[in-house]
Amino acid sequence: MNVIQIENLWKEYQLGVIGYGTLSRDVQSWWAKLRGKEDPNSKMLAGHESQIEGNQFWALRNINLEIQKGDLLGIIGRNGAGKSTLLKILSRVTAPTKGQVKIKGRIASLLEVGTGFHLELTGRENIFMNGAILGMSKQEIKRKLDEIIDFSGVEEHLETPVKRYSSGMRVRLAFAVAAHLEPEILIIDEVLAVGDAEFQKKCIGKMGAVANDGRTVLFVSHNMLAVKSLCRSAILINNGKLSQAGSVDEIISTYKALNQNDRFVTEKEWSDYNNRPKGEYFEIEKVYITSLEIEKGSLLPIEHPLEIGIIVNQFGNPGELDYTIAVKSDNYTVFATSTLDCDNLISRKFVEGKCEYRCIIPENFLNHRIYTVDILVLRNQRNVIGKFDDILTFEAVESKSRKIAYLGPRAGFVAPNFSWFANKSKF
Amino acid sequence: MQQMTDVDTEQWDLIIKPKNGWFDIDLRELWRYRDLISMFIMRDFVTVYKQTILGPLWYIIQPLFTTVVFTIIFGKVAKISTDSLPPFLFYMSGNVVWGYFAATLTSTSNTFNSNAHIFGKVYFPRLTVPLATVLVNFLQFFIQLALFLAFYLYFYLAGAPVQPTAWLLLLPLLMVQMALLCLGLGILLSSMTTKYKDLRFAMTFLIQLWMYATPVVYPLSQIPDWLLPWYVLNPMVAIVESFRRMFFGTSAVQLSQIGLSWLMTLFILFIGVVLFSRIEKTFTDTI
Repeated sequence: MNVIQIENLWKEYQLGVIGYGTLSRDVQSWWAKLRGKEDPNSKMLAGHESQIEGNQFWALRNINLEIQKGDLLGIIGRNGAGKSTLLKILSRVTAPTKGQVKIKGRIASLLEVGTGFHLELTGRENIFMNGAILGMSKQEIKRKLDEIIDFSGVEEHLETPVKRYSSGMRVRLAFAVAAHLEPEILIIDEVLAVGDAEFQKKCIGKMGAVANDGRTVLFVSHNMLAVKSLCRSAILINNGKLSQAGSVDEIISTYKALNQNDRFVTEKEWSDYNNRPKGEYFEIEKVYITSLEIEKGSLLPIEHPLEIGIIVNQFGNPGELDYTIAVKSDNYTVFATSTLDCDNLISRKFVEGKCEYRCIIPENFLNHRIYTVDILVLRNQRNVIGKFDDILTFEAVESKSRKIAYLGPRAGFVAPNFSWFANKSKF
Repeated sequence: MQQMTDVDTEQWDLIIKPKNGWFDIDLRELWRYRDLISMFIMRDFVTVYKQTILGPLWYIIQPLFTTVVFTIIFGKVAKISTDSLPPFLFYMSGNVVWGYFAATLTSTSNTFNSNAHIFGKVYFPRLTVPLATVLVNFLQFFIQLALFLAFYLYFYLAGAPVQPTAWLLLLPLLMVQMALLCLGLGILLSSMTTKYKDLRFAMTFLIQLWMYATPVVYPLSQIPDWLLPWYVLNPMVAIVESFRRMFFGTSAVQLSQIGLSWLMTLFILFIGVVLFSRIEKTFTDTI
């Protein structure tokens, strides 16, 4: 049975309207139009040119979707793809431009943490306030008060104004209220970004329970692991269009490929001789990073060794020639490794012609994050005769969560898997 | 299966469509959210004077000082007529009514702007917010009315020429009119401020000017005949003067003017509701 039916849904934003709203600017725009000039107040949105028609920006373009009762649907897409617009329409915060949505049952949305929390009010008062905003009656809240308090885990601070709460406590309280609303349809947007591992686990469990009750959950997140562990099916929204619907694994890999094509460079080859990065004694033909377990071009999981390769053409009589790879993240050099380190390479003796140098990054070393690769070329172990920045940009991904429940990435530039030992102390 | 039967006659609880009609206020939904209105009232009540030293005393200090200042400036210096009523009582009666109107209109006319962050995140009938404001401000009104009554009693016992009338029984009706006017005008203005933020800056100024177009510091009887037909189009004229009529027994206000004031109030309310219902669905896009 369908509980949500989205039919030919379009949402348009007037570009002129975004960002201004004073009488004088309206007059300014009107005056410009009158003289046949370009509206000084219209803004271009970089990267979304295909969605712009004249002065209109189509945030959603002809979305058709049926959501079944009891579905746990993940909604995936890049920033600005239209996910939030879709959720806003579903939760009636804004209206569509064309088309319609039919809904069966009560909808509750948790679009942002602690919506409607009043900072001066106490935790208890805010439970009632928040519940009422979400559409619960006072009786309903009273009936579930103990359960809500218990779930939120803030019972000691119930009489404290919410302004003294940490952001984590606010999320917990907000989620506790929303989760006990018992809506037929629950919409959740990125709430799990905050909160500790234990609470995340609790939320995921609660959402699963909600769905097992035969209710429906729509879940938006950038955290693919969270989506994967919660949802069975997913949809991918790209540039305002519903680009794919299917199983969660299918959609996540499409999404990752989409990202990879755009932002990441995992292989660079200079077929044109003139463009190659080069120096007096060398020219670089190709640089790549690949996973040793998975075929080229797809994911770079941190659970498997990765290989960075450089193919060069060497000539002349430089003496010794060495290549250093510096791997950076957020503009910090995470580590640098060099052919200098390896005594056993035959190429420590200079070889003329085409050579391939390969470096293996071991498994469980990199973290789930984005790295860039610089290449340095050294002559006779001291002179830098070539430096090429940001040759590659890649994202290493943690494809399997490690045993703990925490779903976010680990802190730090690397995430090595070190050994731990535990003994009962004898002292 | 039972599902087979409802394929054709599927019942949808909610259909989200592009735009509201012109007069599309779902009163039943508003009623369902009545607990939210009471929560808003509680919130405003609890929070407004939290962390202030004098707390609700401000409700008393405000009209008291204004009345003293008015008595000195308009009564003693400018010597404006007060229909031979004690000037202090005359100004205070105007201040009590005007105080409610000004405070309520200031906040209702800002409904969309000051709640944009909540409205942008979650749906509930938007009308609950101005409704709660109109109701919670009656608290201020009652406190100031009690202050007024205390002085009234003092002047009455001291032999001032004031005479309560049977019209006093209609005070609740007068309050209803005040509430409707503040609601209607508030949502009308707040709908317009979503598009034109300039209006927000003009509001305080407009309310100030409006006070001088209302018999607060002077009686209705001072208005020249040629101006009167236009002057009474201001619905607040009859409201302030009716209030005086009820308590003092003297006022130049006529029944026809009260009727006109009601017509204006309902007209403004109607326009307000129409604009509000047009704008409430999409205002988050423009704000």
